[in-house]
Amino acid sequence: MTQQKCIIVGASHSAVQLMISLRQSGWGGDITVISEEPYMPYQRPPLSKAYLAGDSSDDKLALRAPAVYEKLNVNFKLGLVVTAIDTNNKTVELNNGETIGFTKLALCTGARARPLPIPGADLQGVHYLRTMDDVKAIQQSATTAKTAVIIGGGYIGLETAASLTKLGVAVTVLETESRLLQRVASEITSDFYLRLHQEQGVTIKLNTLASALTGSGSVSGVVCADGQMVSGDLVIIGIGVIANTELASSAGIEVDNGILVNEFAQTSHPDIVAAGDCTNHPNSILKTNLRLESVPNATEQAKAAAASICGIEKPYAELPWFWSDQYDVKLQIAGINQGYTDVVIRGDNSSRSFSLFYLQDNRVLAADCINRPKDFMLAKKLILQGKTVDEQTLADETVELQKLIQAP
Amino acid sequence: MPLVKYIEHDGTEHELHVEVGQSVMQAAVDNMVNGIVAECGGSCVCATCHCYVDEIWYEKTGEVDAMEREMIECTVDPRSTSRLSCQIKMTDELDGLVVRLPESQF
Repeated sequence: MTQQKCIIVGASHSAVQLMISLRQSGWGGDITVISEEPYMPYQRPPLSKAYLAGDSSDDKLALRAPAVYEKLNVNFKLGLVVTAIDTNNKTVELNNGETIGFTKLALCTGARARPLPIPGADLQGVHYLRTMDDVKAIQQSATTAKTAVIIGGGYIGLETAASLTKLGVAVTVLETESRLLQRVASEITSDFYLRLHQEQGVTIKLNTLASALTGSGSVSGVVCADGQMVSGDLVIIGIGVIANTELASSAGIEVDNGILVNEFAQTSHPDIVAAGDCTNHPNSILKTNLRLESVPNATEQAKAAAASICGIEKPYAELPWFWSDQYDVKLQIAGINQGYTDVVIRGDNSSRSFSLFYLQDNRVLAADCINRPKDFMLAKKLILQGKTVDEQTLADETVELQKLIQAP
Repeated sequence: MPLVKYIEHDGTEHELHVEVGQSVMQAAVDNMVNGIVAECGGSCVCATCHCYVDEIWYEKTGEVDAMEREMIECTVDPRSTSRLSCQIKMTDELDGLVVRLPESQF
C-alpha cells in the first residue's frame, strides 16, 4: 500500500498548527510543506510591532524551534511555488518542474499585500509590509531615512507608524477615509488613535489619496490627489490584503472572497482542506460566513482542518478576536462589530485606558478594549453569553463587569 | 543550560532545558508540552499560557506588570502564584524552576 501523503501549501501560522495537530491526531503518513518564502515558519504579528522597532530577533520570531519539525518528521520545500493543483490525479506542480502526488492537501496560502498601482510604486524605498523580506528591507531603508510616509491608516499603517517613530523617523500617515481604522472600529476608537499618534509626533492626513510617488531611483515624496506633496524617503504601503485563492480557483475548487470551506475546514474537494487568512468560512457564533485576517483564526481553523484530514469531524467555531500594539497601548478586540446600532463607553475615552462596547438590540456584539485586558477577557464572555445588558451598568465603572456575566 | 520542570495537571512531568532569555512558554510550546496553548505567541494578550509557579520560586520570576495581572485575574482558576509563562524570561537564577499547569487554559 502506498504511504499516505499530506501536502501543505504555505508555511505560516495555520500550516504550523496543522502539522502539529496532524501528528497529534495520529496521522502517520508523510507531511510535506511547500512554501514560496525561503524561511522556516515565523510569526507575522511582530513584524510591524516589536520586530520592526528592533526589539526582537529572528530567533524570537520563529514559530517553533527547528527541533520541533524534526520531531514531527515534516519535510520542508522552501522557496518553491505551487503553480497548479491537478485534482483528478491528485498532484501538485511546482515552479521547479516537480510534480508531487498527495493523498490529502491543505491550502494554507494566506493572503498577500494589496498592491497600490500608482506611478512610482517601483521606486527604491517603497515597501509593503507582509513578509520577513519586506521588514528587513524596511529596516534597511529606516537606517538612513529621515522621513517616512505610510499609505494606509489601518492596523499595519498605524503599527508601522509607531515602530518607525520609535526608530526616530518622522512619520506621516495618509488615509483615504475620514478616519483611521475605518474598516474595523467606531469613531470613538478612531479618534483615540488619531490623538495617540499625533501626541507622538506623527502627522496624520485624513481624506487624502496618494496618486503618485516621486523620485529618481529612490522615492522622495508622495503626490496626493488634492495636489499636496508630502516628502518621504521611505514609503510603506499598507492598504489591506488579497486572499491567495488563485491556486484553488484555477483547480476548480470553489472560491468566493476566499477559499470556501465548511465548519470542518473542508473545501469543495473531498481530499482538500484550507485554513487561515485564505478561507471564507461559516461561523456559528456570528451566524454568518466570513473571511478573517487573524492569527487565532489561523490556528484554530487549522485544528479543524487537521481533524478532517484524519477523518474526524471537529467543527471550528470560535469568537473572533484581535490585538494591536502601538506605543504603550494595547488594543484587544473581541468579536466583530458589524451591524452594531449602539456604543457604550466604559471609562474615560480621553485617557489611555477605556473600553468601547458595540451593541445590537442591547446585546454586546464586540468590544474594543484599550489597555483594559480585564474588560477584554470579560467582554468575550459577555458576547458569547448573548443576553441583553443594561447599557448604564455597562458604562458604570463602579459596577464590576463580572456582575453582568450570568452564572451558567 | 538551566532547567525548568513543568508538571501537567495529571501529574506528568517534563524537565526541559530553557535558554537564558527564552520565555518559559516558548520552551513548553517547542517541546509540545500539553497544557500550554499560547494562542498569541507571547504577546501577553490571550492568557492561554497560564501556569502556577511553585511558591519558593515565585518572587524570583520577577515583577508582574499591571497588564499581566489583569489577564491572570480572568483565567479559569487564578491563584496567588499564577503567572503568564510568556512573561517569565529564563535566567540562570531560575535554574530548577518548577511550574504547574492548570487543568485547562479555557
